[in-house]
Amino acid sequence: MLHTFVAYVEDKPGVLTRVASLFRRLNINIISLTVGRSERSGYSRMTIVADASDEAGHRIRASLYKLEDVAEVDDISGVSAVTRELALIKVAANAESRSGVFELAEVFRARIVDLAPESLMIEITGVESKIEGLIQVLNERENRVLEVCRSGKMTMRRGHHTSRVLRAMGVTADGAENPEALADNLPPIDPD
Amino acid sequence: MTQPDFHPHSPTRLTGAEILWATLVGEGVTEVFGYPGGAILPAYDALRKFPIRHILVRHEQGAAHMADGYARASGKVGVAVATSGPGATNLVTGIATAMMDSIPMVCITGQVSSKVLGTDAFQEIDITGITLPVTKHNFLVSRAEDIAPAIRAAFQIAQSGRPGPVLVDITKDAQQASAIFDFDGAKPRPYSPHPMLHCTDHKLHQAAELIRKAERPVILAGHGILQARAGEQIRTLAERMQIPVGMTLLGLGAFPASHPLNMGMMGMHGESWVNQAIQEADLLIACGMRFDDRVIGTPATYALKAKKIHIEIDPAEINKNIPVDVALVGDLREVLEQLLPLLPGRDGSAWLRSIEESKGTAAVRDIRNLPDSGHLYAAHVMHDLWRITEGRAIVATDVGQHQMWEAQYYHHDHPRTLITSGGLGTMGFALPAGIGAKFACPEREVWVIAGDGGFQMTASELATIAQEKLKINIAVINNGYLGMVRQWQEFFYERNYQSTPLVSPDFVKLADAHGIAGAAVRTRSELGDVVHRARQHDGPFLINFLVEQEDSVYPMIPAGSALHEMIRRPDQNPLIETPQDH
Repeated sequence: MLHTFVAYVEDKPGVLTRVASLFRRLNINIISLTVGRSERSGYSRMTIVADASDEAGHRIRASLYKLEDVAEVDDISGVSAVTRELALIKVAANAESRSGVFELAEVFRARIVDLAPESLMIEITGVESKIEGLIQVLNERENRVLEVCRSGKMTMRRGHHTSRVLRAMGVTADGAENPEALADNLPPIDPD
Repeated sequence: MTQPDFHPHSPTRLTGAEILWATLVGEGVTEVFGYPGGAILPAYDALRKFPIRHILVRHEQGAAHMADGYARASGKVGVAVATSGPGATNLVTGIATAMMDSIPMVCITGQVSSKVLGTDAFQEIDITGITLPVTKHNFLVSRAEDIAPAIRAAFQIAQSGRPGPVLVDITKDAQQASAIFDFDGAKPRPYSPHPMLHCTDHKLHQAAELIRKAERPVILAGHGILQARAGEQIRTLAERMQIPVGMTLLGLGAFPASHPLNMGMMGMHGESWVNQAIQEADLLIACGMRFDDRVIGTPATYALKAKKIHIEIDPAEINKNIPVDVALVGDLREVLEQLLPLLPGRDGSAWLRSIEESKGTAAVRDIRNLPDSGHLYAAHVMHDLWRITEGRAIVATDVGQHQMWEAQYYHHDHPRTLITSGGLGTMGFALPAGIGAKFACPEREVWVIAGDGGFQMTASELATIAQEKLKINIAVINNGYLGMVRQWQEFFYERNYQSTPLVSPDFVKLADAHGIAGAAVRTRSELGDVVHRARQHDGPFLINFLVEQEDSVYPMIPAGSALHEMIRRPDQNPLIETPQDH
C-alpha cells in the first residue's frame, strides 16, 4: 500500500540523504518526496510517499525518528488530509490547435502560464488523479505532450490536528488512541 | 611543560586540535585507540598537552574493535582515532560491528582541508557518506568552533536511548584554526527520548495480567539488560514469578549462568531444552532482545503457542521480526521497575519441573569432565578455562565454532565478561576487542579466544600488546580449518571443503617474534599446566591449542528450520558423555 509521511527535518546538508538512505536500506521505493521550508525556522517539511507493506508504516516512522535530524514524523496514511500536487505540462500547440487546449485547461481549472508559437505550458494543481486525467486527455488529442514536471504530493492533515495539538489533547499521534476518529468527525470539505 | 587548563571555567582560545582533546577530557576520556596520518596530524601534535593515553594500533580496524571492546567491558564510550582516506575506511568494519551490537563508541577521523573538500585530494574520502548506514549519526566538522559541540553531541548520541557508534570527521584546517573553547557552552540540547516510547499503565497492566496468568512463561534475556543495567530487575522478575530464563549470545552474563532459573543459551547453537521450552511456552517475555534470525529459527514456526511481551527501547524493533501482543517501549530497567509492583508472586514449579524432565538425554553435554582420551577438543579448552579461571575472566571471542563452544562451556556469572561480535559476526574481533577490554579493566584477567582463521585477520595487534606491555592471555583454537564454514560444508554442501583448509604460521613462534611467550597444547593432559603457566606469566602469553580438526558444534538448528528441529550430536560420536557428567 501507499504510505504517506510528513516529516519535519533540520534544514542542513545531508539530511535528505539520511532520509532517502533509510528507505533504500529497507528496500522500499519512494514514490514521491517533496521538501520545502516550513512554518518552523530551521526546519524543512517533507511529504514522503512510499510503497510498502501494510505493516511497514510503524517501522518506517519509528526508524525516521531514530535519525538525529528528524524532529517530527506524522503517518497520515488513511487519515483525513488534503493532498495536492502541482504539475507543469508543456504541450505542442500552434495557432490552430491552441483553442482546444484552452478549453481543456478551463474544464480542469488549470492555467496557461506560457505561450510560444509551437507550444504552451499548463500549470495544474490538484489531486493525483486530476493531473493524470488531464495528461490522459491531452495524449488523446492531437497535441503532443512535450514535457511533464510534477512536484510530487504535498499533504496536510485537515483541521487543527497537528500532532502537537493531538498531544495537548492527550491523544498520541501514532494512532494508539485513534486520532483518525477525531479527524473523521469533521465534515469533509474538498472543493475539488 | 605547562599544561593548558583543558577544562576551563571561563572560555579560552585554543586551536581546533586542542579543543578536540580538551572536549574529550571533559567527557571523561582517558584512553583513545588510534593511528596517525596526514589529515589528523594537527590533533596528534596537540595530544601531548592532555592527560589522555594514546594506544597505537597496527591497523585502524583494530582501533575500532579496541574502542568497542573497551565500551563493552566498561559500559563507557570507547574512542577510536584515524586519519582521512584509508585510515577512515579501515574503521568501517569496526564501526559496523558496534552498530549491529548497539555499542557506544565515538570515532574521530581527520579530513582534508575544507578548501579542497570534494576535489579528490590525496587521502580524501567521503567517510560521513560511507558510514551513514553503519553509524547512529555522524558529523562533518569544518570549523574549529564547531568541534566541541560536535564531540559533545556525539557522546550524548552514542550513549542515549539505544546506544551506537558516532563518527566525527574533522577537516585539517578546522584542527589548525583557533576558536573560543567553552566546554559548558558546547553542551548539546537536552536529550529527548524517542517520541514513540510507549509504556502506559494500561499496557503495564496488560503485561502483568499475561504474566500472572501464564502457565509456561519464559524470559528471553538479551543485551539490553546490560545496556540498561537491569540485571537486578530481571533477577527479581524471574525469582519472584518463578520464570525460567533463556539467554541470547549477547545477553550471556546479564543473568548469572549458575542461577537455577537460568536455562542457558537459546537459538541456533543453544541448549535444546531452552529452544524446546520456547516452543512450548504460553508466554515469552522478551527483555532487551530483538528476535534475531539466529535465535528464532524461522518466524513462521517460532513459539506459536506463546503470547509475547516485548520490552525494548527501540520502537523500530517492535513487530520487526516477530509480532508481539504487548509492547512496552522504553528503558528496560524503568519498565521493569514499573512492572514488578504489579507482580505479587507465582508458583512455577510444575513448568520448571517439566523443563527439567525435558532435558532427558539432551542434558548430556559433550565433554564435561570426560576422562582424558588423549584427544583435545575445543570444548575441553572452554570447559577447563572456565574451571581454572573460576568463571571470573573477561573473555573476548572471535566468530565461528570456538565462539559457540565458549558460549556453551564458559559459564558467565558476571555482566560484561563476554566480549563478542554477535550481530555482524566479525572475524578478527577477539584480539583487538580483548585489548580494549584490558584497558577498560586493567585489574581483570583477560582471555582472548580466537580460531586460527579469525586470529590471523588481526594478528598484527600482537605488536600492540607487546608495545603496551599488556597482560593478556591468548588462546588460539587451531583446527586447521575455517571451522564453522567447514561445518556448514559438511552438513549442507556434501563435505565439499572448498577453500576451508588453512595453513597457518606457527603461532607460538609468531608470538615469540613479538617477544610474547607461548606454548602449544596437543592433549588435554597438558592443558591445565599450560593454562596455569600462562596465568602466572608476567606478561602476555599465547597458547596454540591444536584441537580435533573435524569437530562440529552441536546441537544446531539448520538455517530455515524451526527451533525444535535441532540436529543432535550423532550417537556414534565418541564425545557423547553420560548424564552424570555435569
